[in-house]
Amino acid sequence: MANERHTLTALVDNEAGVLARVVGLFSGRGYNIESLTVGEVDPAEGTSRITVVTSGPPSVIEQIEAQLKRLVPVHAVTNWTFATDGIEREMALVKVSGPDRTAAKAAAAKLGARILDDRGQATVFELTDAPANIASFIEAMRPLGLSDVSRTGVAAISRDTG
Amino acid sequence: MSESKTLAAEAKRETISLTGAEIVVRALKDQGVTHIFGYPGGAVLPIYDALFADNGITHVLVRHEQGATHAAEGYARSTGKPGVVLVTSGPGATNAVTGLTDALMDSIPLVVLTGQVATHLIGTDAFQEADTVGITRACTKHNWLVRDVNDLSRTLHEAFQIATGGRPGPVVVDIPKDVQFKTGQYFTPDQIRHRSYNPKTEPEAASIARAVEMMAAAKRPILYTGGGLINSGPQASAALRELAALTGFPVTTTLMGLGAFPASSPQWLGMLGMHGTYEANNAMHDCDLMVCLGARFDDRVTGRIDKFSPGSKKIHLDIDASQINKVVRVDLGIVADAGKAINEMVKLWKAKEKKADAAALKDWWAQIDRWRAKRSLAYEASEILIKPQYAIDRLYALTRGRNVYITTEVGQHQMWAAQRFKFEEPNRWMTSGGLGTMGYGLPAAVGVQMAHRDALVIDIAGEASVQMTMQEMSTAVQYNLPIKIFILNNEYMGMVRQWQQLLHGGRYSHSYSEALPDFVKLAEAFGCLGLRATKPSELDAKIQEMIDSPKAVLFDCRVDATENCYPMIPSGAAHNEMILSALSDASVSDEGKMLV
Repeated sequence: MANERHTLTALVDNEAGVLARVVGLFSGRGYNIESLTVGEVDPAEGTSRITVVTSGPPSVIEQIEAQLKRLVPVHAVTNWTFATDGIEREMALVKVSGPDRTAAKAAAAKLGARILDDRGQATVFELTDAPANIASFIEAMRPLGLSDVSRTGVAAISRDTG
Repeated sequence: MSESKTLAAEAKRETISLTGAEIVVRALKDQGVTHIFGYPGGAVLPIYDALFADNGITHVLVRHEQGATHAAEGYARSTGKPGVVLVTSGPGATNAVTGLTDALMDSIPLVVLTGQVATHLIGTDAFQEADTVGITRACTKHNWLVRDVNDLSRTLHEAFQIATGGRPGPVVVDIPKDVQFKTGQYFTPDQIRHRSYNPKTEPEAASIARAVEMMAAAKRPILYTGGGLINSGPQASAALRELAALTGFPVTTTLMGLGAFPASSPQWLGMLGMHGTYEANNAMHDCDLMVCLGARFDDRVTGRIDKFSPGSKKIHLDIDASQINKVVRVDLGIVADAGKAINEMVKLWKAKEKKADAAALKDWWAQIDRWRAKRSLAYEASEILIKPQYAIDRLYALTRGRNVYITTEVGQHQMWAAQRFKFEEPNRWMTSGGLGTMGYGLPAAVGVQMAHRDALVIDIAGEASVQMTMQEMSTAVQYNLPIKIFILNNEYMGMVRQWQQLLHGGRYSHSYSEALPDFVKLAEAFGCLGLRATKPSELDAKIQEMIDSPKAVLFDCRVDATENCYPMIPSGAAHNEMILSALSDASVSDEGKMLV
């Protein structure tokens, strides 16, 4: 069966080692991690959300979800890939170097990237967008003097209150 | 800490101030713990001090921490209660890792308490420091490092809840030495509830209804039952018996499930899998409905997956949702406690006055009887050498009617014991199934005998396995535990030798023990009784002497060194491609050789 790319989020207790448990589950069972982000959701409740982008055949994705749910500090697991009410975003910092960055700045402005720094021999752009658009932006910058990239990985949330 | 404070406030109870070490002992007692298996060391001395001051808990001093974990597994498996272990930091914790992994694979509830260096020393490579929660993360159901004494009682109560709830498993609570000394609040178990762990145990009515319909429509059904029935408790075994009686379906049992269904029942086909019976495996292959109850389609059971029971609809009942569709795609998954779900099936079958397809079932049983006629467990008898199968048969015959518990090591002897020793009830059979841990059986017998002082506890062993944890004989002697270590001594790592013969051209690379201890003298050195049998004619009298002895016994049973364990599904083969007895050498595909 062909590999599919899926975005999963896990709402977890914000306790010591919880990230290691999730990462250890992926490495121990041979699952892929394409990107992983983690951040606190509610300091009073002590919960965090871990967003993992993974790939594999449908049966493996199903196993990953089931295995994640089995972890004791995991409250809920959501697969956003086929959800119509999910939003995925990623942020990238992209550096373009060279004496003339006019073309890069023009292209970046078209794609909605902000300039964070434009001193010296480089411009640092920031773009927050769907992961595919981030990838297009990076590809667009490549021939225009791209010298470094830092991506946050994907964060996902539902449109409604869920 | 804030969590425990809130809960405590809600409960509006007075809390008690105790030292961390006292909290440990108090929490164990409040959890109903009567026995712990342990080994002291620097980082747990405050807890040992608290145990010294309190005589409500029996501590069993083992000789190696691995022994403590297996003893606790034997205790847990034979009583249905969690096994509790107390060990020190560093090597104490790392020595417990094999037992933790074993318990994880076989779903045995263990609560393992490890000492840790003081909190201010963590991360400094202090003496006997190890990253215990890091090391044991992959071999526990959950683990904790307790940095605040006020979190200790909550964590300990949660540890018991998680070890025993849902699919049972081992947990580790790592307790730094300064936390053991500090004074903090003690909360009782009823004040504590884990906020995210709430496993589903009740079956959905719709799934039960569908399962009953599928069973009523089946023409060639089989009940494939496993260790989940043992973990669920005696009511699950009782429910299975009722379901089998109502439906008339054949029943097969995994290695971990032996005893869940009575071996004396004509409906029992024996164990299935790599060394299962011909009738069980062929029935699995040819069935049109497989009802898997508390088993997990382990590779030892399924053989080659793409040829596994190709024509059947499959129902899978498991308390762990991640097991459904993990290895084999099923038509109906039921996530629930085995006992509850089987009871619901029984109730609905009765309420709807369902009848199995009697005519089809008659044909199916006729086919099963033809497979049975192969007598796949038969072996060539000898009057000169003790055949290992004969030794097990005699051990079974001479212990029948007694209050018997059997543990095993891992290898050929384990399979012969599983094939030939007949169990009528659950919790009588303790073996290392998933992990295959040589050295499990002797310390497991120690744990079983601690819980059942008057029972006849026998470790059916191999001479190679038993040397891995032999030191625990000393524990048995210290606590007057009359465990019987029945060693089928063939001087080889028998299963390794068998595979080398069948798969590696008879090149017996490092599977022969050219030096072995004199087990009789060794027994005497430990303060036990040593017995040896070398001929079939003396076996009965020696076994009787072993049974009659009030002491722990090492029995050196010298058996035919080159006997192979049959029947066998060779690696990479299907259920209907078994090798029967020594009639033929296996032809194993290259792909099969890659498998273990």
